[in-house]
Amino acid sequence: MSTTTTRGIARSAPAGPAKARPRQGLGANRTLNFWLFTGPFLIGLVIFVFVPIVWSVWLSFYDARFTVTPSHFVGLDNYRHMLSNSDFTGSLVTFTVFAAFIVPTTWALALGLALLVHRLRLLRAFFRSVFFLPTACSYVAAALIWKMSLFNGVRFGLANTVVGWFGVDNIAWVSNPSPPWYWLVVVTVRLWLQSGFYMILFLAALQNIPGELYEAAAIDGARRGWQTFRYITLPQLRATSTAVILLLLIAAYQAFDEFYNLITTRATWGQTPLMVLYKTALGASQDYGSGSAGAVILTLLICVVTLFQGRIMGFGRGEEST
Amino acid sequence: MSAQSNSHWDRRTLLRAAAGLAVAAPLAACGSNNGRGGGGSGKQLQQYFHAYGEAGVEQAVKRYAKAYSKAGVSTQWITGADYETKLFAALLTQQAPDVFEFHPQIQLVKSGQVADLTDIIEPVKDDFNPADIASHSYDGKIYGVRMIDDPQFLFYRKSMLQKANVAVPTTLEELIEAAAKLTTPKVKGLFLGNDLHAVEAPLIWSAGAETLTAKNEIGYHTDGVVEGLRQLRKLFTSGSLLLDAPADFWDPSAISQGLCAIQFCGMWAMPVMQQALGDDLGVLPFPKVGSKGRPSVYNGGWSMFVNAKGGDVDAAKEYVKWLWIDQKQYQEDFATSYGFHIPPRTSIAARADKLKSGLPAEGVKLFNTYGHFDNIGWTQAMWSAWDSVIADCVRKGGDPEAALDKADRTVGRELKKLFG
Repeated sequence: MSTTTTRGIARSAPAGPAKARPRQGLGANRTLNFWLFTGPFLIGLVIFVFVPIVWSVWLSFYDARFTVTPSHFVGLDNYRHMLSNSDFTGSLVTFTVFAAFIVPTTWALALGLALLVHRLRLLRAFFRSVFFLPTACSYVAAALIWKMSLFNGVRFGLANTVVGWFGVDNIAWVSNPSPPWYWLVVVTVRLWLQSGFYMILFLAALQNIPGELYEAAAIDGARRGWQTFRYITLPQLRATSTAVILLLLIAAYQAFDEFYNLITTRATWGQTPLMVLYKTALGASQDYGSGSAGAVILTLLICVVTLFQGRIMGFGRGEEST
Repeated sequence: MSAQSNSHWDRRTLLRAAAGLAVAAPLAACGSNNGRGGGGSGKQLQQYFHAYGEAGVEQAVKRYAKAYSKAGVSTQWITGADYETKLFAALLTQQAPDVFEFHPQIQLVKSGQVADLTDIIEPVKDDFNPADIASHSYDGKIYGVRMIDDPQFLFYRKSMLQKANVAVPTTLEELIEAAAKLTTPKVKGLFLGNDLHAVEAPLIWSAGAETLTAKNEIGYHTDGVVEGLRQLRKLFTSGSLLLDAPADFWDPSAISQGLCAIQFCGMWAMPVMQQALGDDLGVLPFPKVGSKGRPSVYNGGWSMFVNAKGGDVDAAKEYVKWLWIDQKQYQEDFATSYGFHIPPRTSIAARADKLKSGLPAEGVKLFNTYGHFDNIGWTQAMWSAWDSVIADCVRKGGDPEAALDKADRTVGRELKKLFG
């Protein structure tokens, strides 16, 4: 605890000089304060993150059906079961397809929106908020709106009304997997939900590009528009782009809400890795052992992919080295 | 703010926080209402119900609970389509419900999650529909009290069939033809639910097969069922099946709002349909499939179970006995005042006047003539395997034999774990 003298000084002295004043005997207090402030968070982290991870790894070696405190050790059986389970391996394909759709489209749309909003002279704050607003919407709520009003299969659904103008018959967007219209539904809902957030990231980066660069380019004869964008803006956004792509990939890996609500676990297509794990561990079969094994495999995969991507795109090396 | 003023702020807040904690701790200890006793006002029980679609059911359930004097009963009303997932997960935790509604499934018995209720049912056993007792029994013990029986069948608009000059179908093929004739630009011929899972069991039975044989072996993998799956695929791609409707099969809105001419639904929705359509409504069982088939009706329903690992199993059993065995006026109210359900108790069914004439009586007749009850050995994992069969060969267009082979592996693995 601080002494009364520091209190007196704090009152009389302005903030700047007070900071520079050497503090004696505060070391122990600092440690105490550190634990006091980070303690609750660390306790939460241990209880809600580390314990479940360790527990999950432990469960993955046991026959844990209808229980999370099993006693029958089965070695690597659960891992064998998951790796030979076509639902689980198929879900990795689903994820890859989803990522291939969602990552480039969100990246392009977010960047496009950022460029548009950045160039606005009027109402910039308004449009920034408008595009950012969907981020505040829950995935479940959005998925239900997409399913029940925009993309329902009856004639008065929004999408069917629009295709009806062109004489196309009602389409079952989600129920019928051939042709796979469900991709349109899951990709658009996520696009709507997350583009605004990444737009803000790009907007911040755009505002950080020094104006001199553009002036110098103009003097050197670079044309406004595509040429400036290609050779000035885009390279300057490299660090942000890398971060955005990494975040998008991780978010795609974690996809659950909209798939669960739109496609549901009753289908055999469009099942993301988390849905398969959910179905295995918490669904009908209550197989926590296999579910945990799948979770461990998935975690390892995410680590490997992230490291690999970092290697290729230079994430974390900083802007100087680019 | 400077570092010094920060630490000054710290100290005062710390003292205040410490004092606050000292006051709050004992309060928190007696205020925790997790439905697990300690309240000082007698026993506390918690019950789980899935969200019934009919108006007034939630209030009724809470009203019955409030009338119970020997324990405080709190109700968790689980909305959403995945009641079983939430229930199964909750049963593993300390916050598990003491009593819950579900269907008879053997894995709950084998894993020791439901308590033996033989002693409370035995004295009134003869008053229950024998099929309901059989479907809840394993190894001579009875594990759940049936609350309501819910037959599921097809509802059709008489006027639409008449207008299209279509006779009431008696086979699946005729049903498919009828659906095609009844389809107009505005109305689809038939609605079987958005993912068709509701007709899985009726399809098996109507093809003359069983989910499991009497010896608990796979009974659904027959030529008749394969034929039925092929016909369903034809229906799925015909353009006369309503898909992606805003509400699923259990909700009467598809037929009552004029989106389809024939809908698969449950008897629970009959009052709402009658209100919307009046007399323009008929019922028929799921028609027979192939030459060896026979029409079928799924006699679903809900039963009350006691969590064997709950805090006070005896108190929970006493509550179940009080409400679902002794309180006949509540049981009758629950079965007939909101949606229509068939009371599993003969004495209550005998005085349920609402079910004795008109369309409800026809529903009861279908229940008695064509009804199939749950098989306790057919578990959630097996239902789920059949969801995949429908997804793979009816919705996706794969080979029915291959889809059934895949289900055989899953169901076989389950059967081996359950019955050895």
